[in-house]
Amino acid sequence: MPRTNEFAFKIATANGTGSASANGLIMQAIFRMGIPVTGKNVFPSNIQGLPTWYEIRVDKHGYTARTPNFDLMVALNPATYQKDVQEVRSGGWLLYDSTWPLDERLTRPDVTYLGIPFAELCNAQFTGPRERILMKNIAYAGALAALLDMDTEIVRTLLAEKYSRKPALMDSNRQAVDLGSNYAREHFACPLPIRLEAMDKTKDSILIDGNTAAGLGCVYAGATVGAWYPITPATSLMEAFTSFCRKYRRDPETKKNKFAILQAEDEIAAVGMVIGASWAGARAFTSTAGPGISLMNEFIGLAYYGEVPTVIFDVQRAGPSTGMPTRTQQGDLMLCAYASHGDTRHICLYPADPREAFETATMAFDLAERFQTPVFVLSDLDIGMNDWMVPKLTWDDSYRPDRGKVLSAEELEAAKTFSRYLDVDGDGIPYRTLPGVHPTGAYFTRGSGHNRYGAYTEDGDEYVDVLDRIDRKIQRAARFVPAPIVQTTAGASLGLLTIGGCHAACTEALDILAREGIAVDYMRVRGFPFSDDVRTFLDAHDVTFIVEQNRDAQLRSLLLLETGIGPEKLESVRYYAGFPMSAHHVISGVKAKVEKAA
Amino acid sequence: MSYITKPAPRHPALQKNALGLTRRDYEGAITTLCAGCGHDSITAAITQAFWDLSIAPYKVAKLSGIGCSSKTPAYFLREAHGLNGVHGRMPALVTGANAANRDLLYIGISGDGDSLSIGLGQLCHAIRRNVNVLYVLENNGVYGLTKGQFSASADPGSLSKKGEANTMGAIDGCLLALTLGATFVARSFSGDKGQLVPILKAGLAHKGFAFVDVISPCVTFNDHEGSTKSYAYTREKNVEVVQTDFVLPTAAITTAYDPGTVSSVMLHDGSWVRLRKVSEDYDPTDRDRSFSYIRERQKEGEVVTGLLYISPDSSDLHEQNNTVATPLAQVPYDQLCPGSAELEKLQRGFR
Repeated sequence: MPRTNEFAFKIATANGTGSASANGLIMQAIFRMGIPVTGKNVFPSNIQGLPTWYEIRVDKHGYTARTPNFDLMVALNPATYQKDVQEVRSGGWLLYDSTWPLDERLTRPDVTYLGIPFAELCNAQFTGPRERILMKNIAYAGALAALLDMDTEIVRTLLAEKYSRKPALMDSNRQAVDLGSNYAREHFACPLPIRLEAMDKTKDSILIDGNTAAGLGCVYAGATVGAWYPITPATSLMEAFTSFCRKYRRDPETKKNKFAILQAEDEIAAVGMVIGASWAGARAFTSTAGPGISLMNEFIGLAYYGEVPTVIFDVQRAGPSTGMPTRTQQGDLMLCAYASHGDTRHICLYPADPREAFETATMAFDLAERFQTPVFVLSDLDIGMNDWMVPKLTWDDSYRPDRGKVLSAEELEAAKTFSRYLDVDGDGIPYRTLPGVHPTGAYFTRGSGHNRYGAYTEDGDEYVDVLDRIDRKIQRAARFVPAPIVQTTAGASLGLLTIGGCHAACTEALDILAREGIAVDYMRVRGFPFSDDVRTFLDAHDVTFIVEQNRDAQLRSLLLLETGIGPEKLESVRYYAGFPMSAHHVISGVKAKVEKAA
Repeated sequence: MSYITKPAPRHPALQKNALGLTRRDYEGAITTLCAGCGHDSITAAITQAFWDLSIAPYKVAKLSGIGCSSKTPAYFLREAHGLNGVHGRMPALVTGANAANRDLLYIGISGDGDSLSIGLGQLCHAIRRNVNVLYVLENNGVYGLTKGQFSASADPGSLSKKGEANTMGAIDGCLLALTLGATFVARSFSGDKGQLVPILKAGLAHKGFAFVDVISPCVTFNDHEGSTKSYAYTREKNVEVVQTDFVLPTAAITTAYDPGTVSSVMLHDGSWVRLRKVSEDYDPTDRDRSFSYIRERQKEGEVVTGLLYISPDSSDLHEQNNTVATPLAQVPYDQLCPGSAELEKLQRGFR
């Protein structure tokens, strides 16, 4: 059955051969045609040679979750051929490089094979090994343009934009596009029954990855100090922050930087620098992944107990240990909620896509300074490193940072005395001073036992007094973290609650379930500690499915611990193999329970 | 520590500095270290150095790690903000604080366990970044708070209080700092205030990482026969290479200047460090020579003290980063946020 603007294809290549620019070109061209599109980069922890895949889903309805049903496979990596052939749906197509004969054992009768001699064509057209390899990628983009009926004018425009300053490269790229598309048109019936047709559904959207968006968000939030240690998949967040700072934060006259990037010797130092910089009054942050959070634990405790604002982006990847650094997971939910030894609890924010990653940055700094405590932004590899189609980012120019209760020199002059940890306003949040402002503001920040006046103590009552106030302060933050997103259907007795990047798969699954007559209410939690709405939602449903991406149902555990809900009310749906969650994971999880109950 | 809390004596005749403050104004809480602890002498020297330089105490930030030494920032400059961090990680805290506010004067207090064992990596990288801080390593060769284990600066063969011999080689902070490209390296002795105070003052004026290793005997766990960090050993084996004198930029430097015995190094703020050569041919601006001299004397069992090395052309973290003169923590928000129009423009590239 022919399908327009509703299909998926996958491109298999080897890492380091330049396929990323071809894949980006395809994505962008579809997007410019006004058709909703998502790309998932499945890449190895390697620089050159290991297999890599790029999955593109085109969906006129706007669903963006990963789909494992591929209509077309562009199989250009002999090393993964066997596996790739198996992944095409029955009745689908497989595009391969016919320069070399195809192993007959790999042919499937239910798949149409489209052979294009990419290597041969490029060897004839181009000179030098580098150009021949690179242009092979652009040639498959050209072939796809013909097979899927891509707007060739848009492809040409994109190349012109990209290579406006490199005419020689633009020329080669255009030749390569023509090479692929001409061959396809001459040898196959183009377009295929799966094809593109211009729409008007992307004009208010952008294509952006979450790390770029979060880095940009930190610039807009007014962060001036970024301290970090390179780690996949968080590296591109600080790199984005750095490049946006170079663009926006250089004094036009002096050429001096209104920012400092500190590449630390490890994640311990990185978070220490953030704590030091925040203590001295800057908005500072670090970006890391699970292994980095593990290392940072001791310092996080200092920031919690010493009450120093600390913003930490955790772009989660598959753990434990080194795990799978280039695969996604939500495996740090527990780790971040209670990081460090002793009694701790931390504010956590859970963006669901790059747009929220941008918006969450500002919230993170505001909450960290308002509550004088560490704030974690839990993104993940899928959000952070993949290109998402999201509504355009917006900015309210009236925004001013919430720096929290920081006393000025004038206030300190008038006050005469100052006690750092005194709960003056009864909201659990004491007043803070910055070094160098006024002699009256001086105090000693310490991770050792201290009383409400900031003095060292080993007195049990004084110690408990401070510890309990900090607990009240953090519990109170539940009212200030972003409220859950809720979507209800009249009469639904089932609930589904999820977090972060599972959102795309869950909303698609709920639509499909609704069409099958299974009504499910939806809640996406966006912050921790959980607000009262969360418990209310759980109470209102016979059973709530807790959908998340980790083995141990960490979100479910957090809900049990924090809301006091009975375990029988929470049914776990998990997927943690390292790829972004798909709607079918959610549907099968829900159905298994519903059918058992029926 | 003193067991009876005494009222702070405020004698009306106490000498005042240029800010009209007395030495008392540079003190802190009463020490809780053992009576006779070398660290308390260092605290007194620090108090003296800040008072001498007429630095407003609240313009100083004092940071430390964990251990006996790291407790001492509570005992000086009560009007300065203090940050007592986690074990061995003060360099990261001071790096971040300095990045955020370059206008403050930073003093970091650490010990040999804090700097040379658990925090060795952080120390090395703070030296490499040349963070503008006076870094004082109060070195007693022993873990005091956990009652007498050897630290990484304990010399091979030295005996613990229980009589056990240390079998491993020592890490020498000054040699390490020289190797890593430190721009200011000094060693002194807690019992020699006359030498220590000018070194601290020069370190405060130095733009960059001023590393000062101060041998500071632990009276409780490491002041016995067989210890190379005892008062007796250090007094006997101390070889002073240069007598340091520090002159404020405003002071005249004409008298007592004798070209035959004194060399002067001008610091970034226009102040001078005058180095009186006690030993022949010692050039404190020659890194390699300094290194080999310390090694040579070490082989003879001697501890070389004084300002061992100073680089007159030190480029600190902010120079390397090309940061604006205004402290980053004080740059107004409207200069930091590109605004909605720019966001709209930027996003044309995301299509």
